[in-house]
Amino acid sequence: MDLVATTAYLVIYSIALLVLISLGLAVIFGMMKVINLAHGEFLMLGAYVCVFAGNAGAPLWAAMAASAVLVGAFGILVERLFIQFLYGRIIDTLLATWGLSLFLVGAVTTVFGPQGRSLSTSFGNVSFGGINLSVYNLMLIGVTAAVAVLTWALARFTKLGLIVRGTMQDPDMASALGANRSLTYMATFGYGAGLTGFAGAMLAPITGAAPTMGVFFVAKAFITVIVGGHLPLMGTLAASSLFGAIDGVVSYRWSSVLGEVSVLVVAVVLLRMLPSGITGRFRSGL
Amino acid sequence: MAREFAADAATPPSWLWWLFVAALALALIAMPKFTDVSLQLDLSIIFVLALLALSMSFLWGYVGILSFGQTIFFGLGGYSYAILALNAGTTLWPFVAAICLPMIFGAVLGYFVIYGRINDIYLSVITLVVTLIFEKIVRSTSGPEYVIGKVRLNGQNGIPGVPGLQLPWDSSTLSIDGVFYLAGGTALLVYVGLRLLLLTSFGRIIVGIRENETRMELLGYDSRVYKLAAFVLAAGIAALSGALYAVWGNFVAPEMFNLNQAAQVVIWVIVGGRSTLIGPVVATGLVQYFSNWLGTVSIGQVTLVLGLVLLLFVLVFPRGLLPTIAWTFDKAFSKIGGRRS
Repeated sequence: MDLVATTAYLVIYSIALLVLISLGLAVIFGMMKVINLAHGEFLMLGAYVCVFAGNAGAPLWAAMAASAVLVGAFGILVERLFIQFLYGRIIDTLLATWGLSLFLVGAVTTVFGPQGRSLSTSFGNVSFGGINLSVYNLMLIGVTAAVAVLTWALARFTKLGLIVRGTMQDPDMASALGANRSLTYMATFGYGAGLTGFAGAMLAPITGAAPTMGVFFVAKAFITVIVGGHLPLMGTLAASSLFGAIDGVVSYRWSSVLGEVSVLVVAVVLLRMLPSGITGRFRSGL
Repeated sequence: MAREFAADAATPPSWLWWLFVAALALALIAMPKFTDVSLQLDLSIIFVLALLALSMSFLWGYVGILSFGQTIFFGLGGYSYAILALNAGTTLWPFVAAICLPMIFGAVLGYFVIYGRINDIYLSVITLVVTLIFEKIVRSTSGPEYVIGKVRLNGQNGIPGVPGLQLPWDSSTLSIDGVFYLAGGTALLVYVGLRLLLLTSFGRIIVGIRENETRMELLGYDSRVYKLAAFVLAAGIAALSGALYAVWGNFVAPEMFNLNQAAQVVIWVIVGGRSTLIGPVVATGLVQYFSNWLGTVSIGQVTLVLGLVLLLFVLVFPRGLLPTIAWTFDKAFSKIGGRRS
């Protein structure tokens, strides 16, 4: 019984982690079709902001909010500086954001040094049904679910969400109807970057912050969003559930590297059978 | 070689080009007589890396597939050679196997990503992810239990003491001169080979697929077969480069799979211009010297500068250095100048 409970918990936890790190990418890549290879570095920046704010004495929630806001602002800056010139030139976007990614790793290493920094939090453990659970991890699962629902509700029910969805679907028609295309792209990119920064902040108490930490997450995030298919939110949730389950079980049973390898193999085989992703057959939705 | 994605790549090269190749070959033969050992070593590694750049510019510029997987095959080639040569005690057949094994892997990976007809951009991302995971796998093998044959994989630290290549007619391993000739000769042969390959019907078909895949399919060509063949060929060239790298340095390390390595290949090709084959080769030399020089100034800034270079080129010179120069030149002398190939 213990084994089943532990495995179930691990699976839910790794699904939540995957959703957390992929959500920002689902907005930027899934909705906007901008391949942001600097996604991992946005996570890294979020983690750095959170670690610095947390160690400076700010409460954890405030540090996390600061990460979301600052990385979101940084995303807007990046969008204005060069992404806006590259819409439609998808390969060039990929290369430019890769350049940005290398630049950010180099810059952070130069400024803060190559060593990692950690953030200590005072969350304990609770015992539930015979297994020991970290309170922080449980909180992470809850907060991730909340953020995913919030993003979905924002896109589904608000006027802003309607404008964003319309612009992504048909920019010409949306701007003919009065939506400001450039502003919408900027805001959406900023929102995606903010989500990513927040995800980095959520990771900070677990992994700390280091200049090269982005590389550890970027592969999983991209696989998840690609296999998810053209409905960014539903696809990401579906792919996260599948890969989180595989990753959780294999990592727990063998090693985390093997977990990632099995996720990759499943993803590549899945893409052979469903080239347009899990949600490729669905016509509408989010 | 001026126009981006020059369609005239399918025209036979002019006699000037053959003269150019002959001059390069002569320079290559004469070089060790006039230069010192350190320059030869530097040039050898540039030739080795130029092969990697060639494999990428062939695939990206002429087939239209942007694959970051070239570093997978580069690393696999190096590791295959190291493991097989250390196990077998001989070097010739491990060298051949080090080219074939990555090609087999390339065929399997290529089958999944090309036959699924997934979006080209997804192909780029998937190959990038595969590179990242390979690096992670190799890095995780530092424990003593990870042994292939009698070779310990050593994780982070790589495998030292990889034997140099030993040719069947010579009992000693290749000297520095020998490695120089091997690397330079292979690079030149592959360059000429690829240039001539583009003249064949296979070459014309892949350029046709790059230009308009739907039209080629309607004409009756199964684009997937040709793309896969080109992918496997490029994998072989990258693997050759990796094996030569191991021969040159007597050392392989997980950095061969690393993201920076992948980024450098892209930078060579984008700086040189993907529409030419010779551009990336020249750019490899330039960038390699540039980053060596940066390395002597200070460490840690290399990625920063490489990132900026990549950004700058994408935003300002998306066609690459050589085509931009050639284009400006063409414009300025459009009345006098004929076509150059």
